[in-house]
Amino acid sequence: MASMRDIKRRKQSVTSTQQITKAMKLVSTVKLQKARAKAEQTTPYFNAMYNTICGMLAKAGSVNNKYLSDNGSNKIGVIVISSNRGLAGGYNSNIVKMITGADMKPEDVKLYVIGHKGGESLTHKGYEVVKDYSPVMEAPTYPDAMVICEDVLEAYASGEIGQIYLVYTHFKNTVSQIPKLMKLLPAEIDEADVESAKTSNAEALMNFEPNEEEALELIIPKYVTSLVYGALVEAVASENGARMQAMDSATNNAEDIISDLSLKYNRARQGSITQELTEIIAGAEALS
Amino acid sequence: MADNTFKVSIITPERTFYEGEATMVEFNTVEGEIGVYPKHIPLTTVIAPGICTIHEAETEKKAAIHAGLATVMPDQVTLLAEIAEWPDEIDVDRARSAEDRARERLASKDENIDVLRAEIALKKALVRQDIKA
Repeated sequence: MASMRDIKRRKQSVTSTQQITKAMKLVSTVKLQKARAKAEQTTPYFNAMYNTICGMLAKAGSVNNKYLSDNGSNKIGVIVISSNRGLAGGYNSNIVKMITGADMKPEDVKLYVIGHKGGESLTHKGYEVVKDYSPVMEAPTYPDAMVICEDVLEAYASGEIGQIYLVYTHFKNTVSQIPKLMKLLPAEIDEADVESAKTSNAEALMNFEPNEEEALELIIPKYVTSLVYGALVEAVASENGARMQAMDSATNNAEDIISDLSLKYNRARQGSITQELTEIIAGAEALS
Repeated sequence: MADNTFKVSIITPERTFYEGEATMVEFNTVEGEIGVYPKHIPLTTVIAPGICTIHEAETEKKAAIHAGLATVMPDQVTLLAEIAEWPDEIDVDRARSAEDRARERLASKDENIDVLRAEIALKKALVRQDIKA
């Protein structure tokens, strides 16, 4: 059995670890609330954007747009949103798994990473990182998303990449965050939504200025940007949610270890007292 | 809802910028400036940098809107703006220095300059100063 001093020292170190995890949990709880409020504010913009796109496609039918059809390149551009800091449970490794588990060959993939953690482990696995926007993750703003999209869309327009995917963590609620792989371009719009836009009268009468094709060309980049921005703010919320959970369970585990160690310590103390007593009694008996 | 007003909402990715009843809205599109009254035919158009004026029953409000798209319905106008600012949110000095920078870039004959981008930056800077004036 470990000595009393060893147990005591161990207990102290676990207690200080627990203090840290507890503080980190509180910090991420506050950050989560902020990030969540921000994520919720982007929803109306995104929904309105999506409806407009559906309306346009319903009106325009199958237009020949460079953003909607394949451009022949077999390279795949992937925008990866992970975090700059660790200690968030499986948050970053889940993102990495989304890419390694997807049906893509590492040599065909060009990565645009946001967040050090995901970038590092993917480089390690042999993926090519074209550009790193990690500082954005500290406080993502819409202009940040515009910069990223501009780069990616330029690569797409020049034929460098033929498809654009987005990998991020969807914030379902505080306890559940789901990593997601989403295809951005060529744009895939749900047929059913287009159909319903077609049948609603107002949309059928919609006019476009400039005409549908030009308007689509101007609007699709905005649509992609809004998706990327939405993903960024959701990822921030998810990161903090994941960290909050990870730190919560770390705090609980520390609690368990401490109570276990306390028990051991008390037993050892009891044992040593008993031993001393027996020694004293044995000594006294030997004298008499 | 009275007959001569309609719902106007300006939504940016970061917030719902404005929501209210108005008698008329004016804004700038890539095809030129337009003014919209209630019962306009349905229209979707792309916004160019400019001043958006919202005429409410008694007052009128001005805002700088830089990019985005507009959906006009007979009883509703939705502006999806990528950037929108009220006059009191604008920093004139910053706009002025942005104007100088953009002009400089346009004046230099460097081939690496993204002319389109510089032009947009210049337009934004001018709109910001305009609305403050």
